[in-house]
Amino acid sequence: MTWSEMQPLLSQACGDTLYMVGWSTLVAVVGGLPLGVLLVLTDRGGLLQNAVANKVIGQAVNIARSMPFIILMVALMDFTRTVTGTTIGREAAIVPLAIGAIPFFARLVETAVREVDGGLVEAVQAMGGTAWTVVRKVLVPESLPSLIAGTTTTIVALIGYSAMAGTVGAGGLGDIAVRYGYQRFETELMWITVAILAVVIALIQFTGDCAARSLHRRGGRSGPAPKLRLLKAKEPAAPDVGKAA
Amino acid sequence: MITTTGLSKVYRSRGREVTALDGVDLHVREGEVYGVIGRSGAGKSSLIRCVNLLERPTAGTVTVAGQDLTALAGRGPRASKELRQARSRIGMVFQHFNLLSTRTVQDNVELPLEILGLSGKERSAKALGLLDLVGLADKARSYPAQLSGGQKQRVGIARALAGDPKVLLSDEATSALDPETTRSVLQLLRDLNRQLGLTVLLITHEMDVVKSVCDSAALMDDGRIVESGTVGELLATPGSRLAAALFPVGGEATDDDRTVVDVTFHGEAATQPVVSRLSRTYNIDISILGAAVDTVGGLQIGRMRIELPGRYEDNVVPIGFLREQGLQIDVVDTANTPVLLKEGAK
Repeated sequence: MTWSEMQPLLSQACGDTLYMVGWSTLVAVVGGLPLGVLLVLTDRGGLLQNAVANKVIGQAVNIARSMPFIILMVALMDFTRTVTGTTIGREAAIVPLAIGAIPFFARLVETAVREVDGGLVEAVQAMGGTAWTVVRKVLVPESLPSLIAGTTTTIVALIGYSAMAGTVGAGGLGDIAVRYGYQRFETELMWITVAILAVVIALIQFTGDCAARSLHRRGGRSGPAPKLRLLKAKEPAAPDVGKAA
Repeated sequence: MITTTGLSKVYRSRGREVTALDGVDLHVREGEVYGVIGRSGAGKSSLIRCVNLLERPTAGTVTVAGQDLTALAGRGPRASKELRQARSRIGMVFQHFNLLSTRTVQDNVELPLEILGLSGKERSAKALGLLDLVGLADKARSYPAQLSGGQKQRVGIARALAGDPKVLLSDEATSALDPETTRSVLQLLRDLNRQLGLTVLLITHEMDVVKSVCDSAALMDDGRIVESGTVGELLATPGSRLAAALFPVGGEATDDDRTVVDVTFHGEAATQPVVSRLSRTYNIDISILGAAVDTVGGLQIGRMRIELPGRYEDNVVPIGFLREQGLQIDVVDTANTPVLLKEGAK
């Protein structure tokens, strides 16, 4: 296979992968964030302590998490058909990908939100804030660097899942690697896909780390940082001051 | 201003019960600085958290500014609207400041105003005014991590004042600060108390805090208030543990055959030459084992530990003489010296 033959295949596959991962990440964040926050709030000693709700959500998350993705994909076929009208193609793959990633992200959110100092919650309660105020003004903003790190992890996991989705006709890089690389012995093409995946994942991880770090820095040390100055060159870090945080 | 009656708090976990508060009756008058002191685990934290119902008391009532908060609380763990409104009128400062690290100093002070629903313009005007009041007008755009401990606590105080409270609760506000900073933060609390007529309820384990800012104090031990009153009243109470701790005078009897007496001077008696008069009248030698003179709550107070020759039975008359001079006399049983408040920082 020549490069001119491979090139359109690869660019199509890259597009498909990004499309699937992008949408499913969006759904996972929108669905997983409230679930994760609820897991913390309904827990013992939480603001909305509710043992039943906590058990139910916790168990639902655990069951979804324990299911191998490939099984989840097959198990959800009927549901996928009702949502998208088909079980084949990149739109159809988004459904199981998102559903698989929601509980994954929810657990990461839970861990991140638990890290927030209980004293801050207490302070907002003492000001007369509601549970919703606490979530909006304290839990989410204070755990934002960890939430971004969690999103990065979720995206990377979703890229892995999307390769599996490729085996049931969703397209994407995983599909190319299996159909051409494995089944047609186009080893070269397979290695190129692997290389592309490695680069994509490294880029995503780097971007995520930078974003998380810059937010952390904002609350951490060095001069008055304007809001949302993500990914911009930073002045050299201040020597060690407040590094403990 | 703050009254609690029969306040109890029992924590239950895994079938075990821990009583943190055991029928606490507290009365804080309007415009005073009231200190509750006690060692770790005495129930101070539970008490202050019960005042704004961050902790629900198991029994008893809390009234703040004439409003029965326990009645507002409603059932269930969620705070009712009325309770939240009442809370917004009670400021609270914390040992570990509890500032949001992702917000600037100004935004931290604006947080309670956001909760109260003020517009952006009103919020920033108010916040800047408060920062000016606590002496941090130039730090409005900094983040908490860039401030020193004392500055953080000043921000905490500015934030607590945002809702124009009549009452300020201070939960060990100076315990994480060094002595110098502690003094300046306490001074600020005292100034605010005077300027704004703010009623302050503070809990602490440091006697110095009580000594430097409090008008009244209570000693807590094992979930109960053991002693309470204005500083003057406490000092006038024979055998008061708080008075002894506020005015520690050391010194052991040099021999078995001696009587050790603590003499507390306040008011008129402070100016009388009682010791030399006693010595002359009864022709006895008096040694001074320890002494301290200080100003507490604006009162000049002195305390002295003296030793008289002979056992207590031999000294009944001289001790009677001292009492006649209007002094407060505590005979110290040196075999078991009263244990003064000793407390390590958390």
